[in-house]
Amino acid sequence: MHIARNWRVKKQRYSLHGEICHHCGAKVFPPRDICPECAKPAYDPLQLSGQGEVYSHTTVYDAPAGFQHQAPYALALVRLEEGPMLTAQLTDVDPKEVHIGMPVEMVTRKLSVEGDEGLIQYGYKFRPRMMARAA
Amino acid sequence: MKNMLLQPSRPVGITGYGVYIPRYRLPAQEVSDAWTGGSAGLPILEKAVPGLDEDTTTISIEAARNALLRAGIAPTDLRAIWIGSESHPYAVKPTSTIVAEALGAAPMVQAGDWEFACKAGTEAIIAAVGLVGSEMADYALGIGADTAQGRPGDALEYTAGAGGAAIIIGPAHGALARFEGSLSYVTDTPDFWRRPRAEYPSHGMRFTGDPAYFHHIVTAGQMLLEAMDRRPDEYRYVVLHQPNVKFPTRAAKQLGFKPEQWETGLLVGRIGNTYSAASLVGLTAVLDVAEPGDRILVVSFGSGAGSDAISLEVTEHIHDRRLLAPATEDYIARRTAIDYATYLRYRGKLRMK
Ligand SMILES: [Zn+2]
Repeated sequence: MHIARNWRVKKQRYSLHGEICHHCGAKVFPPRDICPECAKPAYDPLQLSGQGEVYSHTTVYDAPAGFQHQAPYALALVRLEEGPMLTAQLTDVDPKEVHIGMPVEMVTRKLSVEGDEGLIQYGYKFRPRMMARAA
Repeated sequence: MKNMLLQPSRPVGITGYGVYIPRYRLPAQEVSDAWTGGSAGLPILEKAVPGLDEDTTTISIEAARNALLRAGIAPTDLRAIWIGSESHPYAVKPTSTIVAEALGAAPMVQAGDWEFACKAGTEAIIAAVGLVGSEMADYALGIGADTAQGRPGDALEYTAGAGGAAIIIGPAHGALARFEGSLSYVTDTPDFWRRPRAEYPSHGMRFTGDPAYFHHIVTAGQMLLEAMDRRPDEYRYVVLHQPNVKFPTRAAKQLGFKPEQWETGLLVGRIGNTYSAASLVGLTAVLDVAEPGDRILVVSFGSGAGSDAISLEVTEHIHDRRLLAPATEDYIARRTAIDYATYLRYRGKLRMK
C-alpha cells in the first residue's frame, strides 16, 4: 500500500544513511534536512557506522498487523555511536538476554512481507555485536 | 586435446571475501525423531536455519558487507553484483538490485541474478573474472547464497541449510589470492529439479550420485589438474561442493587428495548443505587460515548438471586483511539449537489460513 513511501526511504532504511550538519557538526538520523541541534539546513549525506548500544528496551508480545508471526520480539531504543537515537527491532537474540548498555550492530533484515503476492520490505534491525571493536 | 582452461588476459584474484551463516541450528537427530522415531542414519550433525527475518537477500547483504570490509574498496568501485541462488525471494524482481542499494553500490553497476542449482555462485564468480580480466572493470562481486528447502520428511530435509559467501574479484596485485585458472564441465543430467510452481524440489534418485555429483566433480577436477600440469599434493587445500559429508570425502579421495587437504573446508556436517554457497563458504573457511603461497582447488557442483573447478594461490595480503571481518568459524560458533517444531515455524511450513 505504501510502495512509494517505502521506495523513497530505502537508502536510509537499508543501510542507515543519515546526514551531517555542516554548521554545527551534529550527526542526524533519520535524514530530515534541518539540523535538530542548530535548526539550520543540514544536507550532507553521512553513512552511519551501524554500531551502537541499547538505551532502553521492551518485549512485544501483542504485535501490530504484519508482525504477529515474529512475536515475541525485542524492540529497543538504540543510541548510535555517532549520537543519534533510533527505535528498532532487535534480532538474533532471546528477548530475555537484552540489557541496557548491550553493544549492538546494524543488520539489514526482512521487516515485513505483504502476503504471498505483495512486496517484501527490508530494513535495519540490530543484533548483539559479533566482533570486538578495534581500539 | 585443446586446453580448455579459462584464464583472463589481465591477471586477477580475490580482493575481498565475506561469509554469512544464520544463527539457528537444527540437529539432524530432530528430523530423524520426527519422521522415523529416531531410527534413520544421520548424514550430518546439524544444519543452519535462517531466522524469520532472513532470506537470500539479507544473507547476501551481510556476506557482501564483510567482503567489502576485507577488500578495502568503496561500494561504488564495484562494477557488477551478480548473485547465484536457487532461492531468490522473488520469481520476478532481482535480488541483486536490493543488495546493490543496501551496499551503496547502485545505480551505476551491472546487477543480475544467476540460476544453475548449486553452481550459480561459482558461475557468477567466473563471469566476474572475465569482466575484470578483460579490463572492462576493476572490481566485480559474485555471491552464492541460499535458504534451501527440503520437503518435510524427505532425505533433503536433514541437510538443506542456509548461508552465503561473497567474493570480490579485482586485479591480481593487491589480491588476497591469485586466480590461476578455471575449467568447467556441464552436461544435461536429470538428477534434481524444481518446476516454477512447485514448493519443493524433486530428485531422480539413481541419478544423484555417480552420474551427477561424482562424474562432474571428479572430471572437472581432474581436467583442471591436467590442464595446469599439477598434482594433488601441490595443493594445500581442496574444497568440493558438499551436499553431505560422504560425497565430498569420497570425491576428494578419488581425485587423490588426503584428509588434511579437505578437512578445513568441509563444513557441511556443522551447517548443512548451503547449496549455491556450499563450496564458496568452504573456501572462506580456508582463506581464514591459509598462508601465502598455499594453493587451493575449489570444485563446485550444480544439478542439471555441471562443475566449475577453480585454482587459486594465496598471497601475502591475506594476513592483514582477513581480520577485518568475522571469520567463518565465528559464524559457526554463534549457534542456537532449535527443535523440529520451532524449525517448522521459522521455515514458514505452518499455514494458518
Ligand atoms: Zn547543526
